[in-house]
Amino acid sequence: MMDANILSNLWLGFQVAVSPMHLLYCLIGVMLGTLIGVLPGIGPVATIAMLLPITFNLSPVAALIMLAGIYYGAQYGGSTTAILVNLPGESSSVVTCLDGYQMARQGRAGPALATAAIGSFFAGCVATLVIAVAAPPLAEVALKFGPAEYFSLMVLGLVAATVLAHGSLIKAIAMVVFGLLLGIIGTDVNSGVLRFTFDVPELSDGIGFVVVAMGMFGTAEIIANLEQGENREVFTAKVGRLMPSKEDFKRIWAPIMRGTLLGSFLGILPGGGALLASFGAYTVEKKVSRYPEQFGKGAIEGVAGPEAANNAGAQTSFIPMLTLGIPGNAVMALMIGALMIQGIAPGPQVMNEKPQLFWGLIASMWVGNLMLVILNLPLIGMWIKLLSVPYRYLYPSILTFMAIGVFSLSNNPFDVLIMAIFGLLGYLCVKLECEPAPMILGFILGPLMEENLRRAMLLSRGDPFVFVSPSKPISLGFLIASAVLLVIVALPALRKKREEVFVEEPK
Amino acid sequence: MKIKSPKDFWAGLMFIGVGAFFVVWALTHYQMGTAVRMGPAYFPVLLGGLLAFLGLLVLLESFVLEGPKVPAFAFRPLILISVACVAYGYLMKPLGLALSTVALVVISAYGGHEFKWKEVIILSLLLVVFSVLVFVKGLTLPFPIWPAAFD
Repeated sequence: MMDANILSNLWLGFQVAVSPMHLLYCLIGVMLGTLIGVLPGIGPVATIAMLLPITFNLSPVAALIMLAGIYYGAQYGGSTTAILVNLPGESSSVVTCLDGYQMARQGRAGPALATAAIGSFFAGCVATLVIAVAAPPLAEVALKFGPAEYFSLMVLGLVAATVLAHGSLIKAIAMVVFGLLLGIIGTDVNSGVLRFTFDVPELSDGIGFVVVAMGMFGTAEIIANLEQGENREVFTAKVGRLMPSKEDFKRIWAPIMRGTLLGSFLGILPGGGALLASFGAYTVEKKVSRYPEQFGKGAIEGVAGPEAANNAGAQTSFIPMLTLGIPGNAVMALMIGALMIQGIAPGPQVMNEKPQLFWGLIASMWVGNLMLVILNLPLIGMWIKLLSVPYRYLYPSILTFMAIGVFSLSNNPFDVLIMAIFGLLGYLCVKLECEPAPMILGFILGPLMEENLRRAMLLSRGDPFVFVSPSKPISLGFLIASAVLLVIVALPALRKKREEVFVEEPK
Repeated sequence: MKIKSPKDFWAGLMFIGVGAFFVVWALTHYQMGTAVRMGPAYFPVLLGGLLAFLGLLVLLESFVLEGPKVPAFAFRPLILISVACVAYGYLMKPLGLALSTVALVVISAYGGHEFKWKEVIILSLLLVVFSVLVFVKGLTLPFPIWPAAFD
């Protein structure tokens, strides 16, 4: 019964996804995603933010299909740059640099690229199924959530976001709280009071998320790149034979399976997504490998596992967004923004009210993955050419598109000014080793959290223990999970491990 | 007391400053309310207090744990990239898309390592043409292309 339902739903989804218009937007999305994935210094957050105002002219299905394609397409593109240039084209391919680049130096760039593509494709297929199977029951449960459950779930999400930040745990939590505070700016929905707007009329609706994301991830990134100077060494001549050998296949199938499973799981967690997944998978592969000494020196498992994991994680991170209306990471927050532009309130009801949108999006992910694997390998030559474009041409172009995107949000120069200010703040945070990602998540969830806190407290007549009372086992469970997660991360032994993983970044 | 970890020291100060500001401003300007009916000040005071407390922890840690120095700021790209964006935004209405794009490209390129007039002019012309074709003609964004005085 259940399975038949999933099949008929997927069938509906594929009918939507293969309509010529949607195929076209899917193709645009995955190509654009690969492009920005290949280019270091611009990621899916800035790209999706730039395109958000434009999606207003599209149908909701086309808009989401295209934006989703950018996210998982970027996972494919990011690995190309990691392997050939030793630069993470995408933050989630940082670990691919470790072994992928070493393989390229040994003249095995082809098999490394093919392994990344095969791993990503397999993971993409499995993750699509995971979404189809896991989303409906989750949405069912979520329909019963009250404000207390939502509040505790968001606490869990924010705690999870601090896990993937490097360095000091306290600083990561502080950045989350900083983000929550910035989210308060604007009109208080309950009292109509203007909070922290300092008589600036543009602030009465709050600071736009797109503007903050563009500043913290866009301009700040460009400034940081400019101070480093250009230093790229591209392995163009040595890509050579693409197909991995029989021996390679024997070594990669297990890491791909493990990476897919781990990535699918970590993607669902609030605060998770592609980045956490790839780091996790690398650590696991190094642990279980029969050749741990080869890691960092060109172990093919070190490419296969993380690449499968980051693509799986990128896709399953849609689950909390689609079923609960809660963004697990910055990209998902933009997806929610895209839904709201279309007049769709995100939440568990989307699946029942807009089955074409929901299942069409899921089916399009499979179609998009197929396009990526077919198009990507033959197009590698083109991506390599693109990588030899000097940064001094790229960054003014990126900046122009960002400025247009932000300006077009409300045709107001004030938004561009705010973007520049957040660029400065983002740069300061980089210098002080404070991660912007947890802050962005706090910023997105701030208003939702306050709203649910207020409602829960009103319903409980001011009893703060409502969140942990036995009558609310789900809320209690979320909070216990958060506490356990915090303790685990704070434990000295694990903390050292976590630092070790992050220290392995390429020089 | 000697500061052992300057990055944490300044980060701690930043968190304390921001947290304290939100608490003080909320308390002096908005209603606190009660736990049952929270006023507009309740959530900011709660969070601001938490942020200041976390900042204090980071600050105290900076006297105990060794940490790296704060690296030097690259003021040239920092200032020029920011100015380029702001100039673009505020020049759009009076001067139009074409000239503000040129301004953005020239100013931001000046913040880079190499600045060659020929390259910069070509790049800005390309971007003007691209922006006009894709954003104004293709996506019909309501941007003026030329200075308002020309119309």
